[in-house]
Amino acid sequence: MVAELGNFALILALIMAVVQGTIPLIGAHTRSAAWIAVARPAANAQFAFVALAFAALTYSFVVSDFSVLTVANNSHTLKPLLYKITGVWGNHEGSLLLWILILTLFGASVAWFGTNLPPGLRARVLAVQALIGVGFLSFILLTSNPFERILEAPFEGNGLNPLLQDPGLAFHPPLLYLGYVGFSMAFSFAVAALIEGRVDPAWARWVRPWTLAAWTFLTAGIVLGSWWAYYELGWGGFWFWDPVENASFMPWLAGTALLHSAVVVERRDTLKSWTILLAILTFSLSLLGTFIVRSGILTSVHAFATDPERGYFILGFLVLVIGGSLILYAVRAPALKSGGVFAPISREGALVLNNLLLATATATVLLGTLYPLLLDLFTGKKVSVGAPFFEATFFPIMAPLLAAAVIGPMLSWKRGDLMGALQRLRVAFFVSAGIALAVWAFVSGGTWLSTLGIALGAWLVAGSFASLAERIKLLRAPLADSLRRAIHLPRAAWGMTLAHTGLGIFLLGGTVMLTWQTEATQVMRPGDVVSVAGYDLTFQGVGNIPGPNYMAERALFSVSRDGEVVTNLLPEKRAYVSSGMPTTEAGIKATWAGDLYAVIGDADGKGGWATRFFFKPFVHWMWIGASVMVLGGVVSLTDRRHRVGAPERRREPAAGPAPRMAGE
Amino acid sequence: MRPIAYIPPMMFAVIAVALFLGLLILKPKEIPSALIGQPAPTFDLPSVDSTLHGLSNTDLIGLVSIVNVFASWCVPCRVEHPLWVEVGEAGDVPVFGLNYKDYQENASKWLADFGDPYTAIGADLDGRVGVDLGVIGVPETFVVDAQGLIQLKHIGPIDRYALENKILPKVRELQALMIADGTDG
Repeated sequence: MVAELGNFALILALIMAVVQGTIPLIGAHTRSAAWIAVARPAANAQFAFVALAFAALTYSFVVSDFSVLTVANNSHTLKPLLYKITGVWGNHEGSLLLWILILTLFGASVAWFGTNLPPGLRARVLAVQALIGVGFLSFILLTSNPFERILEAPFEGNGLNPLLQDPGLAFHPPLLYLGYVGFSMAFSFAVAALIEGRVDPAWARWVRPWTLAAWTFLTAGIVLGSWWAYYELGWGGFWFWDPVENASFMPWLAGTALLHSAVVVERRDTLKSWTILLAILTFSLSLLGTFIVRSGILTSVHAFATDPERGYFILGFLVLVIGGSLILYAVRAPALKSGGVFAPISREGALVLNNLLLATATATVLLGTLYPLLLDLFTGKKVSVGAPFFEATFFPIMAPLLAAAVIGPMLSWKRGDLMGALQRLRVAFFVSAGIALAVWAFVSGGTWLSTLGIALGAWLVAGSFASLAERIKLLRAPLADSLRRAIHLPRAAWGMTLAHTGLGIFLLGGTVMLTWQTEATQVMRPGDVVSVAGYDLTFQGVGNIPGPNYMAERALFSVSRDGEVVTNLLPEKRAYVSSGMPTTEAGIKATWAGDLYAVIGDADGKGGWATRFFFKPFVHWMWIGASVMVLGGVVSLTDRRHRVGAPERRREPAAGPAPRMAGE
Repeated sequence: MRPIAYIPPMMFAVIAVALFLGLLILKPKEIPSALIGQPAPTFDLPSVDSTLHGLSNTDLIGLVSIVNVFASWCVPCRVEHPLWVEVGEAGDVPVFGLNYKDYQENASKWLADFGDPYTAIGADLDGRVGVDLGVIGVPETFVVDAQGLIQLKHIGPIDRYALENKILPKVRELQALMIADGTDG
């Protein structure tokens, strides 16, 4: 009954989406206020119906209603409640419903918060958003209905893939989707602007916070996924350039570019046509990612139920959405009037460079992802494009980008002074070069690549700090004055500083970890001792520990350093009741210097066990750096400008003399 | 009108056509169950290490054997690998490895790290043999009888249940048949 209610709610949501996608569009064209007014209630209703459907599916999972096919295929009565709930999106149908829920949530939030948008623009944005909804709702209803019943309900379900029964992965998809789908807002605003033929700074002021929010969620989602891979999969890796990983990375790169170019539109009223194109491309790459994941067209480590029929459907939808919007762009974009002019050496110029490099990086990843498919089609040759390709092509593009990320914010708008900026960055330059050279000179095992990585990482951190210090006149004005300036600095400027610093910390951590990690793989018997990076690990034995829906073999290693007991590591190997599939849980001891990482393998049947230890120096710097980037996004979102969203930028109250610095 | 504005839609058109052909021609999910009972395709592959023997289809004739398609880049392979190490140590049936679209040095390192249960390995660098075998994803496992005919195909990683209730019973059944045939003939 509940499942049928959910099914019915989905059908009503589709009808609402069709209404919302057509009537306001016609209304905005014929300037009919009554037709325009349909958009907001329709967006609310569409969201309410999808939320009802999602609640119905969640209910079916919680009560283990195995007469619903999706539940029977993906749940199990013994599963802890948390994983019954997260299991809702641990499968194709449910995750698609989550995707739609988020899409309609974004649509509804335009209806809620968009009261200061011109009604015509709002109606068009909501209509475009609804048309995307029409595509996804028909997709789910026609090819992937989560409420499909089975005639003879089994007594027990198949269980969720054990790898997904993990808190890290439970929240990875929702965050990722908030990111992917969040870019639909930028897309809808871009298409609405093309229909209107008008892009003004108010448009960019609206698009920026949505893009920023989506970017923040996507960053958090990708990092959570990597972190999960790191501690759960048990071989210490965190990124594999897998097609599905690339599918999330491409929108991230394009979204990062969009975030930067939207600043130029907002502040300088130029670069409009390019920003519109980026908004379209960013969401297109999100859709392409969905296609890659769900059509099974590329071999990937991420096993999702695949089905060519679904592939054709999504492809047709892609052609309509991406092809349609790009043609609309080709027809309308040349009419967009460009605003202020600027010299090549200027803040705008630096942001254009940022966009060029990020766009090239995105194209490289796209090429690497699709190349095996293209080659297979045209020559019948099978290749896999792996890490070597991406390392050889991606990093050379990123290096100048990272170097420029520090200089750009030091340049002023319209016409900048490169020599002056470099002059002001000389301390940061000598600090980062000094650190890199010191590491190169005193730590063995480094390469020129690791030296470059450390130099760039330190440059980002030191340079961001230098730029902040300059803005608040640190050491050049009384401390109290600097503090006041720091408080009055726009949140967006803080956000940028944090995000760039976080990127630097991430790069430092990644470089050090990849260059200096040590590992040891061996068979151990109880009592054996193995030394890794100065730690002595004594194997005490293995015990059986029952979990809620699995049996675990848990090993105990006592860890000591220079004869002093440090900790115990308890890596596990779990066998899940429903599938018998084994998973590993690494035992990790985090220290300031890095992670000591232990994994237990199989018994050799002669009293010994396969064991594997890593010492990963600085690995937490990566997670801290990524978290700081996310924090930067959040802080920037709280910027007053975004909250006010007023057509005219207000001046800061005259409380402080802080003049608006060239940058934010 | 600026022609340059038409470049993005045209580039997208190329990608869309490629994706369409990819779905149409490569048929990602088609499982050729027709292979069951058919001889394994003809192939002769080098090993992942030039000092070792490679694998050819004639190696599959004479004994009941298991062919496991794996790759160092494949996460589910890691999950199922300990079970193959177990089967390899038990020594009841030869397990041949087909190293699918991998780098040889990565594969060698992977095997050194996680154990090498394989009687012999064929490095299918370009994936051509995998295509002939109808491999749609890695890992996959085939049970081949003494005549070199494919008798069972398992898609995806094996778990203990699949190993003990599906794959090994099939192996034993075929081994019993082989002995029966042997005494008859």
